[in-house]
Amino acid sequence: MKISTLARHLREGVKNVGRNGWMSIASISSIAVSLFILGVFMLLALNVNKVADQIESKVTIRAYLQVTANQAKIDEVERSIKRIPEVKSVKFVSKDEGLKQLRESMGEEGKAALEGYNSENNPLPDAFEIEVFDPQTVSYVAKKVMAINETDASKPVTDVRYGKGTIEKLFRITNAVRNIGLIFVAGLAVMAMFLISTTIKMTIIARRREISIMKMVGATNSFIRWPFFIEGALIGIIGSVVTAAVLLFGYSELTSTTQTDIGYYMIQLATLKDVGWIVTGSILAIGTLLGIWGSTISVRKYLKV
Amino acid sequence: MIEMQDVWKTYPDGTVALQGINVVIERNEFVYVVGPSGAGKSTFMKLIYREEVPSKGHLSVNGFNIGKLKHRKIPYIRRNIGVIFQDYRLLPKLSAFENVAFAMEVIESPRRLIKRRTMEVLDLVGLKHKANSLPAQLSGGEQQRIAIARAIVNNPAVIVADEPTGNLDPETSWGIMKLLEEINFRGTTIVMATHNKEIVNSLRKRVIAIERGSIVRDQQRGEYGYEN
Ligand SMILES: Nc1ncnc2c1ncn2[C@@H]1O[C@H](COP(=O)(O)OP(=O)(O)OP(=O)(O)O)[C@@H](O)[C@H]1O
Ligand SMILES: [Mg+2]
Repeated sequence: MKISTLARHLREGVKNVGRNGWMSIASISSIAVSLFILGVFMLLALNVNKVADQIESKVTIRAYLQVTANQAKIDEVERSIKRIPEVKSVKFVSKDEGLKQLRESMGEEGKAALEGYNSENNPLPDAFEIEVFDPQTVSYVAKKVMAINETDASKPVTDVRYGKGTIEKLFRITNAVRNIGLIFVAGLAVMAMFLISTTIKMTIIARRREISIMKMVGATNSFIRWPFFIEGALIGIIGSVVTAAVLLFGYSELTSTTQTDIGYYMIQLATLKDVGWIVTGSILAIGTLLGIWGSTISVRKYLKV
Repeated sequence: MIEMQDVWKTYPDGTVALQGINVVIERNEFVYVVGPSGAGKSTFMKLIYREEVPSKGHLSVNGFNIGKLKHRKIPYIRRNIGVIFQDYRLLPKLSAFENVAFAMEVIESPRRLIKRRTMEVLDLVGLKHKANSLPAQLSGGEQQRIAIARAIVNNPAVIVADEPTGNLDPETSWGIMKLLEEINFRGTTIVMATHNKEIVNSLRKRVIAIERGSIVRDQQRGEYGYEN
């Protein structure tokens, strides 16, 4: 194709968007609405992922030891824990350290409650803090640690704790949200495709006359197809740029106002920098493809190629 | 130029529109196609510009066997055939100039040439001064002139005109006929279907009369031959 012809197709495609006024606006809106919902879900999914990751990374097991356990026994238990293949790391938390951590975590009011306790009369037992490779194995590992007692008559482990139940429930929820999100996004993409192809089909029906005149004067099918192709792409690009701008602006507002509130609970929303590129890129790519795809199938139908 | 040998046309619904047409139209002829409504005149024209294909028989235009033409070759055949209709078929959102230039853009002519040639044919049809008007701002006769300008802009060998004066008053029709005659004089073959008795009888040309799908009369400097 000649450069001048390509330029002509570009010009025509751009002009057609303007010439079709309301039709174009309808197409752009339908793309924008679909992409917007898609984008919201993407942001939601990304944040659920982020939150899940944060929670997962915080999931550790604490194994408390018999107060009477001596250093040799402590070392022995540590070796037993380390032998469990799912375990990533084991950290010894002495009772003094435990008291310090408790004080810190309880803040001002805790200071009063823990007044008078010191290393002499510390009621806390020594403990191990255990990290696992895969957070989903937490309950299994916890059971194994508890099982150390079965091979040791002194029963050195008194208790094993992790966010029992709540953590399992959380995993179930985050997994479900991820899957539902994925299905929902796929469904919406299909819906958007139908919407766009319908709008472009309507555009083309409105321009059957133009197409038949083009054919009459000897236009090749590819010549006829090009401006529609460009028009579709352009509609997709405009729709996605508008959507991306609205989404990113909205999201930056949302994160800047809620970050401080939620930050307290140690759960942070994904930042604009984290998600901006992936959301913009996906929306732009999907929107453009949708526009091109919609126009291509509709044009093919009417050109009977 | 145009040759039909035992050409039949049956539409998908079973209507037999043409049956056993035999005709030869030479280069630079001017031919009227006449006949009652539904006789098959438009079908005859459509075969020439390859809107329809013959169901049977041989048809060649400008040396090309139209019936056997590959689909992707059709556009190139059409470029050598200018088509004019009763309803002008202009694009309403394009100016007169753009409507004509359109036919040249489609065949990828250089832009400079498009501009020059378009103004040239607009001048020929006497509408250079209306180049920027939209079809809605033009009279019926002016719109048909633009359609003619579009049909001739690529210098086709043949012009196929299906009732080009069908929507026009007698005076305007005469203007159009003068223009077609001028184009014919410059070397373009013209095939024109018409119901216009006055024109056929005054501007004498070859007349092909079709009735119920068959040629019933073919006469040089013929007359219209029907009352209406
Ligand atoms: N696409 C089509 N499908 C089926 N039948 C058709 C089609 N086009 C035309 N016909 C039929 O073929 C016959 C010839 O039609 P055609 O349009 O060629 O007539 P015509 O001579 O041009 O008539 P008019 O003077 O009214 O324009 C008619 O009976 C018409 O109903
Ligand atoms: Mg007719």
